[in-house]
Amino acid sequence: MLDIVLIGINHKTAPIELRECLAFSEEDMLNAFSVFKNNPVIMELMLFSTCNRVELLMTTPNPDKAIQTAKQYLSDSKQMALKQFENSLYIHQGDDAIRHIFRVASSLDSLIVGEPQILGQIKDAYRRATSQKTSGVILNRLLHKTFFIAKRVRHETGIGDHAVSISYAAIELAKKIFGSLEGKEILLIGAGEMAELAVENLIRNRSGDIFVANRTFENAMKLADKFKGQAIRFEEISSAIEQVDIIISSTGARDLIIHQDQVKKILRKRKNRPLFFIDIAVPRDIDPGINRLTNAYVYDIDDLKGVIEENIEDRKREAVKAERMIDEAVIKFRQWHENLDIVPTIIDLRKKLETIAQNEVKKTFKSLQHLSETDYQAIYRMTHAIINKILHDPTLFLKQNGYHGPNSASIDVTRKLFRLDEE
Amino acid sequence: MNFINSVIIVFYLMGTATYLFFLFIQKKSWEKTGQYFLTAGFVIHTTALVYGFISSGHIPARNLHETLSVAGWAVVCAFLILQYWFNLKILGIYAAPLASLIMVVSFIVPKASVHDPEIFKSLWLFLHILFIFLGEASFALACGVGVLYLLQERSIKSKRRGFFFHRLPSLDLLDTIGYVCILAGFTLMTIGLITGFVYAKTIWGKFWSADPKEIWSIITWLLYAALLHGRLMIGWRGKRSAVMAIIGFAVILFTFLGVNFLLEGHHEAFTRW
Repeated sequence: MLDIVLIGINHKTAPIELRECLAFSEEDMLNAFSVFKNNPVIMELMLFSTCNRVELLMTTPNPDKAIQTAKQYLSDSKQMALKQFENSLYIHQGDDAIRHIFRVASSLDSLIVGEPQILGQIKDAYRRATSQKTSGVILNRLLHKTFFIAKRVRHETGIGDHAVSISYAAIELAKKIFGSLEGKEILLIGAGEMAELAVENLIRNRSGDIFVANRTFENAMKLADKFKGQAIRFEEISSAIEQVDIIISSTGARDLIIHQDQVKKILRKRKNRPLFFIDIAVPRDIDPGINRLTNAYVYDIDDLKGVIEENIEDRKREAVKAERMIDEAVIKFRQWHENLDIVPTIIDLRKKLETIAQNEVKKTFKSLQHLSETDYQAIYRMTHAIINKILHDPTLFLKQNGYHGPNSASIDVTRKLFRLDEE
Repeated sequence: MNFINSVIIVFYLMGTATYLFFLFIQKKSWEKTGQYFLTAGFVIHTTALVYGFISSGHIPARNLHETLSVAGWAVVCAFLILQYWFNLKILGIYAAPLASLIMVVSFIVPKASVHDPEIFKSLWLFLHILFIFLGEASFALACGVGVLYLLQERSIKSKRRGFFFHRLPSLDLLDTIGYVCILAGFTLMTIGLITGFVYAKTIWGKFWSADPKEIWSIITWLLYAALLHGRLMIGWRGKRSAVMAIIGFAVILFTFLGVNFLLEGHHEAFTRW
């Protein structure tokens, strides 16, 4: 029987410097596939390399040797001494390997628990393995189960609920204030990665017109171009706030840019339509006192971080549920995997045929009341003989090992052909 | 009738319990079940009221017991319409217990009718009672929505979101629904008052008799008129609107119950035992 082995490093076991060195580019992966394709100990292989992890998932008839081979390959291809990274490697076998891949795909092992990209990355890795024909019966099934469990975890637990990044947290809050963000107008003051990310997210929620203000009008124009918005002068901010709904501020100014009295007047002019200020700047741009005005809401960077921390706590609670689902899936997969061997398959096959024969013989006996006990025995012996003859060739075929080790593919086909795995 | 009333109360109470579960567990199935309980109770309630109407020939609102029953019916009616329109499920946590409470009180108070049934046989009275109660039920819901608004506003402003943040809808939706409730309540109440005056004219020969209930009803009406005016002209929205909806409903409760017990007048007999 082939064993499932996983070897890798991730953000928990290795610093970024080491992960960078071990990361695989597209080209590296193709190279790895071609090297391992004809390796006698590694039957199936899948590779994934993201910014947080590098992992090799293999099936092998000889786990120890496979691990040694993989380590050696990493050391050779990355031109690093094994000693430099050996302590950061983790190695999982059997159930542990299955659980590990389930957990990774369900985003339980991620830096930010519940982040959704990882599933897509694993799908890409699997596609690459199938296109190189390095995945076989076991990995195919394992990965399909992985995608299934990952989707289930996402749908049935709250692990992906609630924002865990600054810009998403801001959007979540804006939705609780405005309901829909459709058509809501935005004023961006200053520039900066986080602020621009927030604007992009708002646009994705179909927000309305965008105004960009900057101390340097030219910079405002550049940014306005990027968002297809309108650049305004710094002095026009007050009149812009009369119109917009969401203000995102991220300037390098030393002092406050928007004051409480100013907003109080503006709110009256806009008939108290709500205003949401997102202050990403440090030091702050927006007077925190504005939050005390009714219909005006101010969140600064620390407030948003607080929101995220709460949400991360929520996700951790949900992760417990996910672990239970994964435990169930691991047990089911192990059962399938254990049966994927010659002896249990032949036993199951024989049992199936015996049951059919028994039932049919019994039915026939009902209309053959005149026969004696010895006649019955003779008929039973005959059915046994038939079953033995039928099973003779398939058994020999299955026992013929593949290239090296048991022929998992044939066993799998047999099990499917005779429906030996009741699902 | 006692048996029917207990059945209605049981349904409303079960609705209350399921909405309470929904608040904590947030499973859609709980909310659906709550809705079924309330709807079932409402259908029985409506049937009972129609039966009372047919068997006596006039709207069953001759004493406090019957009046409260109509009020409870109106609350459930307004809630079912509102949650159908706006998909505001969570309001059930307010409407279901309110309706249950009204019905339980209605069940407890004495049922003796002391009135000359002749003056009840008027279409104007029927319309007056129907519109006034539906209007007041809308105001009751506006008050509930106002409370939800204040809770949600608090959780956003305090930045410590806590229990309600994810459970309650957006401020904008709550504000809009509150406004719709008040607008509907105001319209219904206006029609209710007009039909009431016409009825007074047909019975007592004059539109206005400065009865305390009439005076307080006008005060309530003016209060809501001011609220609507303020909203449209000056932009009284959000917190102010929510607080006023709550105050307005307090005034209504006083008009409905307080006036009957504290002050004398010709409504007294309908609502006092």
